[in-house]
Amino acid sequence: MGKVKGKSGPLARRPDNSAFKQQRLPAWSPMLTATTVLPFFYLMALICMLLGVWLLLTVQSTQEIKLDYTEAGTCDMCFEKRKNVSNAAQICTCTVVFPIKKALKGDVFFYYGLQNFHQNLRRYMDSRDDAQMVGRKTNLKNPSSYCEPFMKDPNGLPIAPCGAVANSIFNDTFTLTYHGSSGPSIPVPLLRKGITWYTDKNVKYRNPKNDNMTLAQVFEGTARPLYWQKPVYELDLLDPTNNGFINDDLIIWMREAAFPNFKKLYGVLYRAKQPFTKGLPAGNYTINISYNFPVQYFRGRKEVVLTTLTWFGGQNHFLPIAYLVTSCLILLIAIILTVVWWKFGKNGKRLEE
Amino acid sequence: VFCPQQEERRVRANDREYNEKFQYASNCIMTSKYNIVTFLPVNLFEQFQEVANTYFLFLLILQLIPQISSLSWFTTIVPLALVLSITAVKDATDDYFRHKSDNQVNNRQSQVLIRGSLQNEKWMNVRVGDIIKLENNQFVAADLLLLSSSEPHGLCYIETAELDGESNMKVRQSVSVTSALGDPNNLALFDGEVVCEPPNNKLDRFCGTLYWRDKKYTLTNQNMLLRGCVLRNTEACYGLVIFAGPDTKLMQNSGRTKFKRTSIDRLMNTLVLWIFGFLVCMGVILAVGNAVWEREVGSLFQSYLPWDPPVDNFLFSAFLSFWSYVIILNTVVPISLYVSVEVIRLGHSYFINWDQQMFCSQCNTPAEARTTTLNEELGQVEYIFSDKTGTLTQNIMSFNKCSINGKTYVKMYFQRLDFTPFNPLADPNFCFYDDTLLESVKVGDTHTHKFFRLLSLCHTVMSEEKSEGELFYKAQSPDEGALVTAARNFGFVFRSRTPGTITTTEMGRPVTYTLLAILDFNNIRKRMSVIVRNPEGRICLYCKGADTVLLERLHPCNQELMNITSDHLNEYAADGLRTLALAYRDLSEDEWEAWSESHRCADKAASCREDRLAAAYEQIEQDMMLLGATAIEDKLQEGVPETIAVLSLANIKIWVLTGDKQETAVNIGYSCKMLTDDMTEVFIISGHTVQSVRQELGSVCLSLNGTGGGGKQLQCPPPSPPPPPSNLMDNISGEFALVINGHSLAHALEADMETEFVSTACACKAVICCRVTPLQKAQVVELIKKHKKAVTLAIGDGANDVSMIKSAHIGVGISGQEGIQAVLASDYSFSQFRFLQRLLLVHGRWSYLRMCRFLCYFFYKNFAFTMVHFWFGFFCGFSAQTVYDQYFITLYNIVYTSLPVLAMGIFDQDVPDQRSLEYPKLYEPGQLNLLFNKREFFICIAQGIYTSVVLFFVPCAVLSNATQSTGVPLADYQTFAVTTATTLVIVVSVQIALDTGFWTVINHVFVWGSLGLYFTIMFALHSQTLFKIFPNQFHFVGSAQSTLLQPVVWLTIALATAICIVPVLAFRFLKVDLKPQLSDTVRKHTR
Repeated sequence: MGKVKGKSGPLARRPDNSAFKQQRLPAWSPMLTATTVLPFFYLMALICMLLGVWLLLTVQSTQEIKLDYTEAGTCDMCFEKRKNVSNAAQICTCTVVFPIKKALKGDVFFYYGLQNFHQNLRRYMDSRDDAQMVGRKTNLKNPSSYCEPFMKDPNGLPIAPCGAVANSIFNDTFTLTYHGSSGPSIPVPLLRKGITWYTDKNVKYRNPKNDNMTLAQVFEGTARPLYWQKPVYELDLLDPTNNGFINDDLIIWMREAAFPNFKKLYGVLYRAKQPFTKGLPAGNYTINISYNFPVQYFRGRKEVVLTTLTWFGGQNHFLPIAYLVTSCLILLIAIILTVVWWKFGKNGKRLEE
Repeated sequence: VFCPQQEERRVRANDREYNEKFQYASNCIMTSKYNIVTFLPVNLFEQFQEVANTYFLFLLILQLIPQISSLSWFTTIVPLALVLSITAVKDATDDYFRHKSDNQVNNRQSQVLIRGSLQNEKWMNVRVGDIIKLENNQFVAADLLLLSSSEPHGLCYIETAELDGESNMKVRQSVSVTSALGDPNNLALFDGEVVCEPPNNKLDRFCGTLYWRDKKYTLTNQNMLLRGCVLRNTEACYGLVIFAGPDTKLMQNSGRTKFKRTSIDRLMNTLVLWIFGFLVCMGVILAVGNAVWEREVGSLFQSYLPWDPPVDNFLFSAFLSFWSYVIILNTVVPISLYVSVEVIRLGHSYFINWDQQMFCSQCNTPAEARTTTLNEELGQVEYIFSDKTGTLTQNIMSFNKCSINGKTYVKMYFQRLDFTPFNPLADPNFCFYDDTLLESVKVGDTHTHKFFRLLSLCHTVMSEEKSEGELFYKAQSPDEGALVTAARNFGFVFRSRTPGTITTTEMGRPVTYTLLAILDFNNIRKRMSVIVRNPEGRICLYCKGADTVLLERLHPCNQELMNITSDHLNEYAADGLRTLALAYRDLSEDEWEAWSESHRCADKAASCREDRLAAAYEQIEQDMMLLGATAIEDKLQEGVPETIAVLSLANIKIWVLTGDKQETAVNIGYSCKMLTDDMTEVFIISGHTVQSVRQELGSVCLSLNGTGGGGKQLQCPPPSPPPPPSNLMDNISGEFALVINGHSLAHALEADMETEFVSTACACKAVICCRVTPLQKAQVVELIKKHKKAVTLAIGDGANDVSMIKSAHIGVGISGQEGIQAVLASDYSFSQFRFLQRLLLVHGRWSYLRMCRFLCYFFYKNFAFTMVHFWFGFFCGFSAQTVYDQYFITLYNIVYTSLPVLAMGIFDQDVPDQRSLEYPKLYEPGQLNLLFNKREFFICIAQGIYTSVVLFFVPCAVLSNATQSTGVPLADYQTFAVTTATTLVIVVSVQIALDTGFWTVINHVFVWGSLGLYFTIMFALHSQTLFKIFPNQFHFVGSAQSTLLQPVVWLTIALATAICIVPVLAFRFLKVDLKPQLSDTVRKHTR
């Protein structure tokens, strides 16, 4: 493999004297010495400590109210009713009353939560057709086979949106009412739009192109998912632009959760009017629930969550505590290392040995 | 065309019809493996014979089954296709060049005698039985029987460099009856038939008979011109094609050598098997989990997600889930492992080739790694088996001393003799210092004259006289050249030879001797003789050979002279010189006639020809008169003692295996510091019988133990049961050396004594085996391989070292004076013994270190990567959902993490090269296999699994409750996937940064570049453009952006990285601080 160069003479085949070929490239050879490692450990411990404390203080300022409504209040009735599949079409509403002792200041976010619902099963996650949801006409009428068995309805019509994910959409609806200490009950206004990822709403989900056709006409020849009460173009009767594949609730549901217990955004408090300009005031609240989603099949629970946010999101105690614990451990290790180094390894071994 | 096993080959000259019956191979050679049509299928077929490739093909097939496919097919096919196509491109280029050279060779022109006239034909159209004409400096087209030549006596000269690497000219002679067939017309009528052995690969042997005009003529190798030779000094010659194309000895010899594997390779294969076992275990655990989950939970979830049609119960689902998990978890053994290992080794080989400090400027030879797969084993060598001549010594012989008729002539004066006034033909480079010898020649001492006459006649040297008086000798061995040159300078100038005559100039007077017979040299006879008739008609036999054989064959009246000469010989040998004894015998005409008859008989014998010839030679080489002895000096190579000292400090045991006599070998042992005066004892074993050898070994063993004192004692004979070879005598005090003779070694290597021999020999610091045959050299190597489980290295320069070089783990060839056969058989070659220390202590050590670090890191990063899926299984109902985006899985090993670890594997250095030579002890970790073994492997795996736990559970715990600052929950799958993947890439990058001990620019570029590449590619894959084209394939659109803008995500990544790295850092610091390896200490002091 010795490279034969054009030159001749006794050194014709001598390898080049380049730093690379002679393995003499200038290089930095770091070593784990006490003077570098120990200060680094203390610094790490300090940084983690500061971050932990800061995060903890931040988290303390958030508030969160969780309300499991699976069987709470009058919902036990509906819970029972939903046990029977034959009652699926019947409407059932119930009410849950809860107090807010301390006002939730600032933006208040309203989530619904599900427990023990596996959106992360492989076949479940595959059971969707993104090409259909981005508005491709061919896929609209001819959905991906991954959607099986939610690809076509019993009449052979293609389902839009197809697949298990869309089919199992969470279809409880909530209205929140405030009962102030004085005065009448006021419905709490919730913004139900603009609560998705920007790319989801504007790129990932598109309705099929309709030249002067209504959505209903566009979706003609498709069937609604089997478990749905309404077709996809009638998801939001109040806002015609929030229908079809770009319906916010659908989009949010279609973003599958990574874990079996999850919450999804339902709405954001609309703070334009009194008394909600500063958030949710203290007092009693009721939630009227249109109780449609059955959870008893899979031993699930349903909840609503009300929370305020900080710069790094909702209430999340794990992160600051984890930082504090890590910081303590690093500090402990650093101290041990220092002691060990001081007592045993300080002088190092002599080379002559 | 492949003939059934031929018993013999029959070829009739000028008779194509007759020869075609046998369907002999044509002269068209095809070393290429493929053509355009067969390339793809054949190459793929070959590649899929590799177990790894087949395994990945199997995975690919699994992935095509929709019920199982947990990953898109391209996660496997992209790396697989990459690997296959890289190999295919390499194979294709190699084959293209083979095609080119085949074409070039097949289309060479040769002159074929067809129907009485010479016609130009391409080589490939030459048939067996054709007569072809060769001209000077042409390549021989096929294996030919020499019929006639333009030179007298049907002689011709050839150079066999391409065949066996020997660059001296050899002479070939046609059978006398055919040499008369000078011109094409006669040759066209030649219809002799040759019956000979079937094609074989023995270059120095040919056995056949020519039948012509009802007579039989014996054919030997002396009559053959083999393909690959070049015709020299001969105007033209004619030959009959006996073997063509693939049947020629050249092609028969081009078989592939045995494929060597390193111990790391073997360990890696074992570990990969273990990992497969681990994979299956994981698969089973997860499948059981799936069964339980499907029964307990999944069955309740049926209304949302019914089972796929073929699945009707949870057991079947679990079965499918097993395969799905096999697919997902297969990345613990990624396809890129094998490719990366090869790339790293190739890089190391280039560094060996490029090393200026292993370049010999005298002979313009750089070191060459001829095998690219053994580099890391160079860092683990424990035993070196070295040839002496040409390896430890220069193999440049100079005539140094001689003893003539009981008088010794040695170097006494420092005045170099000037021969020119005395002899115009003298070689000016020749040095001799004793002028009494010259005086003795000048006064015409008979013995001195006979002595030099013998030297000028008894040899096989060829001479070349370009112009009058300008003589060049071409000798097969440097010893012969030195002797003939000595004779030349002392007035007995060998001028030229023909098969029947030798012309010399004796004291200025030209003399032509008739050469009656040459009794050739071989390793068993250890002597050669010539029988010549001088111009006066007197017949004389001149013999030179090893003293042991020659002194036995002297006339009894020589007793006194023999004693004196023996003393001289011992004296010379003690000075480390190579000695030969010379003798002659006057023969009467009758004696000659009688012997020549018996010789002819033996020569014509069809069976056991060689044995009978040897017997005939034995018969005449009797009752000889001793003339004297010669001593030739073979100087030690530069730096040999220093190299040996350094290597023994590195705990490498050096055994010298030489064909020289004991005294010479011992002396060289002393001069190269293998044996020292400080040694407690040097044992010599030279028994001739099994009993005496056993006894000698026993006494060695006793004295070893006697001084050892206390502790574990070596079991001494009679060993029943024999001592285990592991019985290392580490508590023997004092240094011992063992010298064993070839004939004793033959007994010691027998099954019942070998363990005893091994344990005794290994207790000694130095072992010298003298008078050994090539086969014994190989046997000794095999013995150590068998009993010591140690890495062996054999180094040699001659054809007699080939067997040893091939049987050792690593063979090193010294490209020196004795042809290139050893180099051709070797794995590494260079031209100076002293380069061995750099090869082992620098290149070998680095290669081993780099390979070990590479493997540790590689297994670590893949376990960290893959085991996350395992933990996720517990949360996703064991449904074989992957944690990462499929593109990440595809690219993780081939793009995101491959280059930094490759850079480390190629460039890393723990200590600079001068330090490894200064502190040879640094070599020890390799011998003890400390850097990568099963324990280290488990540590890496454990670290990988720990990392995977952190990688999964930290993001899981943080993200399941966290939301974006806009309130959108972060617990969606895509965010989780991006977060985990990013954390993984960052953690393994930090880890490689910790592992890298030598940060060159390239390392920086690769580490930072890989990180940059990760983010770039991720953003590209999550871009709107790709999504708009393939919505189903790129459904992660926007995830990268949305995730990486969140402070929580970065806090998570930082936390996970800290948790992963801090324990490693602490652990390493403690290791360096409390139990520093020598390399750590040296490194610290180097800074």
